[in-house]
Amino acid sequence: MRLAAENLTVVFGHGSRAHVALDDVSVGVAEGTTLGLVGESGSGKSTLAKALVGLVRPRTGRILLDGADVSALRGARLAAVRRRVQMISQDPYSSLNPRMTVGQAIAEAIDPRRADHRRHADAVTGWLETVALDGDAAARYPHEFSGGQRQRIAIARALAAEPEVVVADEITSALDCSVQAEVLNLLAGLRERLRLTMVFISHDLAVVRHVSDEVAVMNRGRIVEYGPCRRVYRSPAHPYTRRLLGSVPAFPLQESR
Amino acid sequence: MIRWTAGLKAGLAGLAAVALVGLAAPYLFGEAAQQLSGAAREGVSAGHWLGTDALGRDVLARTLVATRLTLLMTAAATAIAGVLGILIGTTVWVAGPRVRETGLRLIDVMVSYPAVILALVVAAILGAGPVAAVLAIGVAWSPAFARLTASLAASVAGRDFVATARLLGVPPYRVLTRHLLPNIAEPLLVLLSVAFAGTLTALSGLSFLGLGVQPPAYDWGALLDTGLEAIYTNPAEAVGPAVAITLTGVLAGFVGDGLAAGSDPRAGRGRDGWSPSAPVPGRRAPDGALLVVDGLSVELPGGVRLVDGVSFHVMPGEIVGVVGESGSGKSLTAMAVARLLPDGVRATAAGLRLGDLDLTGRAEPARLATEIGVVYQDPSASFNPALRMGGQLTEVLRRHRGVGRAEARERAVKALEAVRILQPETVVRRHPHELSGGMRQRAMIASAVLPGPRLLIADEPTTALDVTVQAEVLELLKEINTAEGTAMMFISHDIGVVGTLCDRVLVMYAGRIVEELPVADLRVGRAAHPYTRALLAATPRLDEDEERGPLTTVPGRPPAPSARPGGCAFAPRCPVALPICATDPPAPVPTGEGRSAACHAVGVPS
Repeated sequence: MRLAAENLTVVFGHGSRAHVALDDVSVGVAEGTTLGLVGESGSGKSTLAKALVGLVRPRTGRILLDGADVSALRGARLAAVRRRVQMISQDPYSSLNPRMTVGQAIAEAIDPRRADHRRHADAVTGWLETVALDGDAAARYPHEFSGGQRQRIAIARALAAEPEVVVADEITSALDCSVQAEVLNLLAGLRERLRLTMVFISHDLAVVRHVSDEVAVMNRGRIVEYGPCRRVYRSPAHPYTRRLLGSVPAFPLQESR
Repeated sequence: MIRWTAGLKAGLAGLAAVALVGLAAPYLFGEAAQQLSGAAREGVSAGHWLGTDALGRDVLARTLVATRLTLLMTAAATAIAGVLGILIGTTVWVAGPRVRETGLRLIDVMVSYPAVILALVVAAILGAGPVAAVLAIGVAWSPAFARLTASLAASVAGRDFVATARLLGVPPYRVLTRHLLPNIAEPLLVLLSVAFAGTLTALSGLSFLGLGVQPPAYDWGALLDTGLEAIYTNPAEAVGPAVAITLTGVLAGFVGDGLAAGSDPRAGRGRDGWSPSAPVPGRRAPDGALLVVDGLSVELPGGVRLVDGVSFHVMPGEIVGVVGESGSGKSLTAMAVARLLPDGVRATAAGLRLGDLDLTGRAEPARLATEIGVVYQDPSASFNPALRMGGQLTEVLRRHRGVGRAEARERAVKALEAVRILQPETVVRRHPHELSGGMRQRAMIASAVLPGPRLLIADEPTTALDVTVQAEVLELLKEINTAEGTAMMFISHDIGVVGTLCDRVLVMYAGRIVEELPVADLRVGRAAHPYTRALLAATPRLDEDEERGPLTTVPGRPPAPSARPGGCAFAPRCPVALPICATDPPAPVPTGEGRSAACHAVGVPS
């Protein structure tokens, strides 16, 4: 397992107002594969994402990166580990600093201390081309791009840190259907080319099925079903998974030719 | 980015002039200001425009000379306030959660003390004098900066790019200088100019009270003090410094106002004149249609067409879906029908009627409110959070149908029951925030159908909901349709949702309807228009093959409303485009029973 969570419990608040966001959750993602996390709002999937990248501290349980426990690290050692797991977030409008050019944002991912976009110009262009954007995008500001392009920039920035694992939290839910398709295709290509290890979170079951090798279904802070994508979608074992799949407004759908 | 508004320019120019006076006056009028003449307390004369003071010195010269010291002191105090405040604010923010909590409360207490009183205390401790006054006023104004910095930083720090920077390993100090401060600079600049005006009056006040500048030095406040002693013999002596203080304060206010207005990106977009447009009639709707929309266009004042000549109809009891991507004009079309277009856009139509109700003219508000029900996307924003559910549900009934309070409530309870809300009697007494998102959306539907509308317009009603809740809401809408025969216009970007609920589907692209087809055809993918086919192919499916190939995508993006091509808007992206597509906009062609597509390539063998 490249990245794994072991018996993870996350509690927000104290005493009578305590809310258990994650309850004894264990998942893992192997090198070069994609783990899909599905669930409805409040199921804890975003909390799990934040815990995996270290933005939320678990109350109990461990986060293992290449077998080493990283959940207890602090300070400089935490900072060193952090870059190895990167997150792409849902809203392409709030994930980019409006006052920094795209080049500066990506240069910051390459060198967080100095963020010198002139020195890293070649690398910045390279990463922009990886996500099918022109190199001259580097000189422009985020507001000059559409939602889909911004999401590509966010992906380029995450990749520029050369992480071992990318956690993608609802990255296509703010996008139009055809733009979503472009981003999903881009991710599929990157997975193959860079052997990307990815945790892909979405409320959209069809999208998760499209990108994942394994899938974990979450409900109320627990994982209710976890297994290979094909098995979970073909023969869901848990009643909640069945209810979820039954709720999707799917077509009876063969393409007639 | 700051835009240069007229107020900002005037304020900055004025302040520059005042600063120039401050720079030059001591050289030009320094002597005149010190020169003792025999004529003490003289009134306005040609030699002394504002008269003379008790020692016979020229008041105008003294006022001009005092500009330098006053401006220096004000600038110093403002700088102290700004630097100290921003420093405290960021420190409090960067520190751990406990320090932050305590720090914020302390800042609140400081802010609630009037700055002048705080300054009096500081001045009393440090003793009277210009340095003490500047320090006192600077310190007294700093909590305002501290609080603004802390709360702005809190809002920016919650945004995703700050979290991302932390993940990338950007050091905290850099997060502050690179991500936080640039994004809160504009409100701080505004406060800076307000503080400039504030410290000016406060410093003048301290000098006026004798706690600031001590003789023989003088600033405007000190001049005002001496001038006031002679207010009955020579009123002009007090007028000079008073005007100077007021003018400079107002100029600083102009700068602040200008900054505030100029830094708001939404303000003052250029809107030029109206361009008249002749509505083009579309095709004839079948007899008995409930809603008939003929050649509806929605445009911005500049003449940019957001919706371009849309014609369709809705039969009684029919559910018509409108799908399209963002910017396709689907919501604007629906809102134009409901007469709920946002300010600044204008609709024209050759015909727009709901039954016998003409929607193009001045429709009666009561009929609009009762015959068209609207369900919005975001159930958390569609109810007023301050009012109880009961009043909001019954508003239309009581206002437009003249139903009494008790009966209206009874009907509201029944309506809530009908949308399967448990314990409706208690729900009507609740406030919107006490209900879950799904409950609120059901209550929204209940409130929309309560007056018995003939048409229900639902604008992305399930987009904000979870799939399981969405399934329930869709089922509910279907039930209402079956039981009451209410016709519906259902707007959605989700082709799957539309395919589940609707009878007939309109596909919109770049402000036009490109295809109309029965839902059964959509379900099996029997679409004629290349855009509809592209939309279907780009949607990931639950039952897709295990070997997932890439989704089929169409290169490019929909054109911006202002840059739509002369012919078919989809032509530049279309895989089957013909030469004619670039020049002639295609008209809808029937492609079968109850279906049509606006495409030149339809029927042409490829």
